[in-house]
Amino acid sequence: MQNLRYARQNETVGTTTETGQDGGPNTIMQAQTDVAEPAPMPGDTSNTREIAIDARKISKIYRGEDEVRALDNVSVRIRRNEFFTLLGPSGCGKTTLLRVIAGFEPPTSGQLWLNGKDISRLPPNKRPVNTVFQNYALFPHMSVANNIKFGLEMLGKPKAEINQTVEEMLTLVQMQAMKARRTSEISGGQQQRVALARALAPKPEVLLLDEPLSALDLKLRKEMQMELKRLQHETGITFIFVTHDQEEALTMSDRIAVMSAGKILQIGSPQEIYQRPAERFVANFIGESNFLDARLSGGSVTLKAGGTFPVENPANVADGDVSVLLRPEHAFLSDAEDALPARVETVVYSGEATSMHTRLEQSGEPVKLRLANAPTGSGMPEEGAQVRIGIQPGALSVLKD
Amino acid sequence: MAYVTPESEALPLDAPAEPGALEAEHSSRDVRQRWFLSLPSILIIFFFAAGPLSVMLLYSFLTPGNYSGVKWEFSTDAWSSILMQRDIFDDTLQWADAHLSIFWRSLSLSMITTALTLIFGLPTAWFISTRPPGRRELWLFLMTVPSWTNLLVRTIAVQEMIRAEGVINNVLVFVGIVDEPVQMMFTNFAIGLGMTYVYLPLMVLPIYAAVEKLDKRLLEACYDLYASRWQAFYRVILPLVKPGIIAGSILVFVPCLGAYVVPRVLGGGKNLMFGNLIELQFGAGRNWPLGASLSFTLMVIVMVALIFYIRVTSQERKDG
Amino acid sequence: MAERAPFSVQTIPGFAAIAIFTFVAIYTPLVILVAFSFNAGDSLAIWEGFSLKWYYRAAANEQVQSAAIRSLYLAGISASVATVAATMAALATTRTRHFPGKTMIYALINQPLMIPEIVTAVALLIVFAWVKVATGHTSMIYLIAAHTAFCIPFAYLPIRARLETMDDTLEKAAADLYAGRWQVFRRITLPMMMPGIIAGLMLAFVISMDDVVITEFVKSAGQDTLPTYMLGQLRRVVTPEINAISTVVVFAGAFLVTIFFWVSSNRR
Repeated sequence: MQNLRYARQNETVGTTTETGQDGGPNTIMQAQTDVAEPAPMPGDTSNTREIAIDARKISKIYRGEDEVRALDNVSVRIRRNEFFTLLGPSGCGKTTLLRVIAGFEPPTSGQLWLNGKDISRLPPNKRPVNTVFQNYALFPHMSVANNIKFGLEMLGKPKAEINQTVEEMLTLVQMQAMKARRTSEISGGQQQRVALARALAPKPEVLLLDEPLSALDLKLRKEMQMELKRLQHETGITFIFVTHDQEEALTMSDRIAVMSAGKILQIGSPQEIYQRPAERFVANFIGESNFLDARLSGGSVTLKAGGTFPVENPANVADGDVSVLLRPEHAFLSDAEDALPARVETVVYSGEATSMHTRLEQSGEPVKLRLANAPTGSGMPEEGAQVRIGIQPGALSVLKD
Repeated sequence: MAYVTPESEALPLDAPAEPGALEAEHSSRDVRQRWFLSLPSILIIFFFAAGPLSVMLLYSFLTPGNYSGVKWEFSTDAWSSILMQRDIFDDTLQWADAHLSIFWRSLSLSMITTALTLIFGLPTAWFISTRPPGRRELWLFLMTVPSWTNLLVRTIAVQEMIRAEGVINNVLVFVGIVDEPVQMMFTNFAIGLGMTYVYLPLMVLPIYAAVEKLDKRLLEACYDLYASRWQAFYRVILPLVKPGIIAGSILVFVPCLGAYVVPRVLGGGKNLMFGNLIELQFGAGRNWPLGASLSFTLMVIVMVALIFYIRVTSQERKDG
Repeated sequence: MAERAPFSVQTIPGFAAIAIFTFVAIYTPLVILVAFSFNAGDSLAIWEGFSLKWYYRAAANEQVQSAAIRSLYLAGISASVATVAATMAALATTRTRHFPGKTMIYALINQPLMIPEIVTAVALLIVFAWVKVATGHTSMIYLIAAHTAFCIPFAYLPIRARLETMDDTLEKAAADLYAGRWQVFRRITLPMMMPGIIAGLMLAFVISMDDVVITEFVKSAGQDTLPTYMLGQLRRVVTPEINAISTVVVFAGAFLVTIFFWVSSNRR
């Protein structure tokens, strides 16, 4: 019965890869959430060859006293050899999605494909996917080397190969000297490396990382961020990285999916996510933001505070009253006639920059500016001063509310 | 630059599985496995501990056999004779005085024992938990070792202390407090002393657990607010340790009610308790049905006490 | 003026004195019991010099020998079977949300703890008397069955406690690294829960060794264990031989309890 079911699945897989031959090579893989039933288009699937994880309409509902939708109809495609980050506040569903991919949680509905195969029904030990756990989950009764060896032994690899791979992994994470130690006898950063080596040793198709850096102190965390980038580059394995730290996400990722309340709000490169956030939540969660009321018409907005500017509209918001985003570092003090008059409220010095809180004269909206400090460290307006605020070209972006 | 497009390049979807089907499959397999793993324990306990209780209930409604065992004739005599007995001569029902005095001894000695273990146990638990962290484990260990030492051996140790020619009497006579040995063996005093001795750890350990949980900063707050030692004890310590006291009291009271070894060794043939009365029915008394009905009665009393105990402790867990 | 001790919030007047008295009172009878096992004379209260004669006498006593061997045999088998069953049951009833029947399983496993021993003893006497008459079979199997049943909850408690402290991410990690169910159990779960299993085995062994009441009611003729043999001897003139046997029992028990403590406090 079981075998039959898998056989049938393999058939379907076969056809999809076949049909995958004839499509344009440049189709952009996109993910999306919460749309109406997608129209199946059997013709165009060339990109499936480049997709590692294809999560389709996955929901995870915890039934208890109150029903919790940890994942709400989430669809996402993650490319091979990509450093993909799931970013969101705690409880947004990012870890649940990771656990569904690893196989620890069966989804309530939806399917999960890996490299063109439906793996929804496979238990975790049959999935070529490894996890670096949040608290590492190193086996306390085994040495460092035996931890790394574990997955290879379970796969029944020949002894010589196992030993060779373990040595390679120890070298890769620079832990050769520690291989005979117990995992309780090494530092947090070293445990982190062992956890990585253990998960990489079986050469998984996808590596899942569940907030692996959260237990480390700041300096070590920065080091490990670089280390992870290097490892991903060297191994060519798809990394799916979960974090709530936006800076970490921006630094490390090829693409980021921002999640909230069980849904993916936006997927894009760090630049896209930061500069062209689609929604107020995304803008707010990543970086600092000013939101300005405006009227959108064609490709430009007229601010309530005055002035008309060309605008980016990533979410294709319809013309009318909208909110636009202005990042504090994209505003500057200006003498130009068309700059917006404002009054300085507070000035906060913070080393490399100065944050200036102002209020626009015409609309009464607060605007925060982030100004680079000059070496001489003077020339900033005092509190209460009248200033004019200029906006860098292309800085404004329309938000979907 | 668009970041969201319709899922135009979607792969053909298989007929989506029924929502929840995979979860249901996982959880039903899980439950089946859990039942399977529990099976050996369930069967052993059912056949050799829980199940026989129902046979015992059945026997309590039968007629005593001539020598031992039962005759298969229905009778409620075993139940009525727990409290009443039929006069041999005029066939009237009277209170079974012998039984009543045994019940009274069981009840009163159990309560006295509970009180004594509390009087000695509460300070001891407090003492252990206020030791410095390194030494605390040692004191706790010293209290725990006797509780796992053979109960019969501990009873024998008490017996050897209080015998007519035992250590206590020898000392008393030697010092000259008494002229001849005091009769302590085979009295209610001996039983109460013995039970206090053997069941004391059962009082100390749950109180210790409660004291251990008590945040000592509360005491600082309490003295900061001008409480005296007595007020601190009565108004703060006692209410917070109460769950432990209740737990300890029931843990002592219940085995006292069912005690068999201590009254048999220290009480002798005359000072019976509930447990000894039950045994008597299977020995010299040759009244198995009465033994069964007495056992069942004891079990019900103990269950009521334990249900009370579970309620108190689960209430505490809810509050905590 | 005498210096006063600094105020301590943890002091309650008189408590330390009562506690010390309690510890002295608990250990004095045991110490005297042990001391007189080395008495050269027949008395349990008058010291007549050091001697090991009561140990030799107890060791040479055939009844003591057979009772001791029977106790060890009974406790060994019962505790082992109970520990295996309890380990399985603990795996089944921990680290899970509520499932149908969980409360029932839990209640049944703890049932022997809830009921006075004398009640279980009577119930078993009734059932086994009937079975013995019906089959004519009177081997140790009845004692083994009864002991196994009441040992299960004692073995179960420390194993369950151990399992509840165990993080199931380690097992998840092993499954993630391609270990099948059995491999996860063999390589991760079992070694991790071993301290609990050893503690449970110790406890079950001690409980079985110490049992008087159920054994007294269930045993057939000539099946005395050490405790029932000692109970029988108390009716006669008591000599320090009883003390010698008791001393061995106390130290054996204390030894096992020490192992139990050491194992269960030695969490990694």
